Amino acid sequence: MRKYWSFFKLRLMAGLQYRAAALAGMSTQFVWGAMEILLYRAFWLEHPARFPMGMEALSAYIWLQQAFLSLFALWYWEFDILESVKTGAVSYELLRPADLYSMWMARSVADRLARAALRMVPVIFVSSLLPAPWGLRLHLTPAAFGLFLAAMVLMVLVVCAYSLLVYALTFYLTDPKGLMVLSLAAADLLGGAIVPLPFLPEGVRRFAALTPFAAMQNVPLRIFGGDISPAEAPAMLGLQVFWAAVLIGAGYLLTRNGLRRTVILGG
Amino acid sequence: MIEMKGISKTYRVRRREAGLGNALRSLVSRDYTDVPALRDVSFTVPDGQILGYIGPNGAGKSTTIKILSGILRPDSGACTVDGLTPWADRKRHVARLGVVFGQRSQLWWDVPVMESFALLRDIYRVPERTFRENLERLTALLDLGELLKTPARMLSLGQRMRCEIAAALLHGPKLLFLDEPTIGLDAVSKLKVRSFILEQNRLCGTTVLLTTHDMQDIDALCSRVLLIGKGRLLLDGDTAQLRAMAGEDLSTEEAVADLYRRFGI
Repeated sequence: MRKYWSFFKLRLMAGLQYRAAALAGMSTQFVWGAMEILLYRAFWLEHPARFPMGMEALSAYIWLQQAFLSLFALWYWEFDILESVKTGAVSYELLRPADLYSMWMARSVADRLARAALRMVPVIFVSSLLPAPWGLRLHLTPAAFGLFLAAMVLMVLVVCAYSLLVYALTFYLTDPKGLMVLSLAAADLLGGAIVPLPFLPEGVRRFAALTPFAAMQNVPLRIFGGDISPAEAPAMLGLQVFWAAVLIGAGYLLTRNGLRRTVILGG
Repeated sequence: MIEMKGISKTYRVRRREAGLGNALRSLVSRDYTDVPALRDVSFTVPDGQILGYIGPNGAGKSTTIKILSGILRPDSGACTVDGLTPWADRKRHVARLGVVFGQRSQLWWDVPVMESFALLRDIYRVPERTFRENLERLTALLDLGELLKTPARMLSLGQRMRCEIAAALLHGPKLLFLDEPTIGLDAVSKLKVRSFILEQNRLCGTTVLLTTHDMQDIDALCSRVLLIGKGRLLLDGDTAQLRAMAGEDLSTEEAVADLYRRFGI
């Protein structure tokens, strides 16, 4: 276990050195968040009663989404890993007495956390200064906040396990680009990345609930704003645990089997 | 002790002629060609030997190293390294093994070398004291000093190679595989690497298996040489024998080319 923890720390520290990327990301997130708030504001002012979420819950959803973007966004792929699988260089990882899937997981979680750590503080700070209902407000009881934190942890696991599954499938494909594009489109729509799930038509929402994408940002962001009540939350957490287990299991097996058939030519 | 018995490995390579017609045809039926990389290769290496492994490009050198390292499974044959089958007992096997690929870095490129070393300590579960001792010795012998604080991506090739070799030896393996360790190095770096390999072998009794295209490496380091061509083991003897076969000074490209020609490879 210690080796994976050490690798996690190494990647976390390495991730913290990318200052320019953090600065660029942060400014993008401010502008994007503000634009989304303005957009929803226009709809909300028109018909507050027909809004499927409270405006304040929606603002919390948007600002937290921007603050923790690097934890949810499926498009933060680990290109080093993808490349190594594509070229077969991944076999060299086997020279170390460590489990490849666990190393990948440690790396994915660490890189996402490092990115989030550099971006979240300013976004959370500034958005909490904005006037209600446009800013980020914390109304949760300590117990509900605990549920939020648990949902965040599970969300990171589900997101990373999904990415790892894509890397593992790369063993069986010449190029994973198609799979990646498809994943992004699905996650954007069904995961509540573009529009929170309550805004989608009933049918789409029901379908989305059956996919792993609904176990990602959808859960913690809506718990924080109170859109998912503390009474409803445990069932949603259960769903996250289910998807984390399924995705990790599938990714682990596909990686193990994929490594067996990998051959590095040349050299 | 390394024992390889009748190891064969064939790669399946997809082939098609150039052109649109052939590209479309390959959608329906694919042509594969079997490329034999190793054919019935057997040899034994006793502990403490420095063994040179030579042959032209594509002869099967790297395939042998990959099989012995446990990252490639042969099609047939048996192999044990200190009682373990490399690909079957991979984790236990690689824990006792150090490998350096001259063409590939095994350090994490965006962190200082020392952080890679500390991570390797945890991956190989090296006790802190052993790690300190090994690190001190390697730092002195390979002249690492300031390099340890530098990110791997900022090292020159010679500096990087010294760090790679140190990284492969931090856990004190009894067995060291070097795949073209002097490739691309300048004269000074080559000499440094060579004298280090001799030193490591003399002091720690490390068994070294080394592939190279540089006959001076062989001359300076190896007591025994294996020559492989087209997947077959063609010669197993000492350096003097090889020199006698070449008929002249082995350090010239002409002599080596002539030697390969004579074996028809």
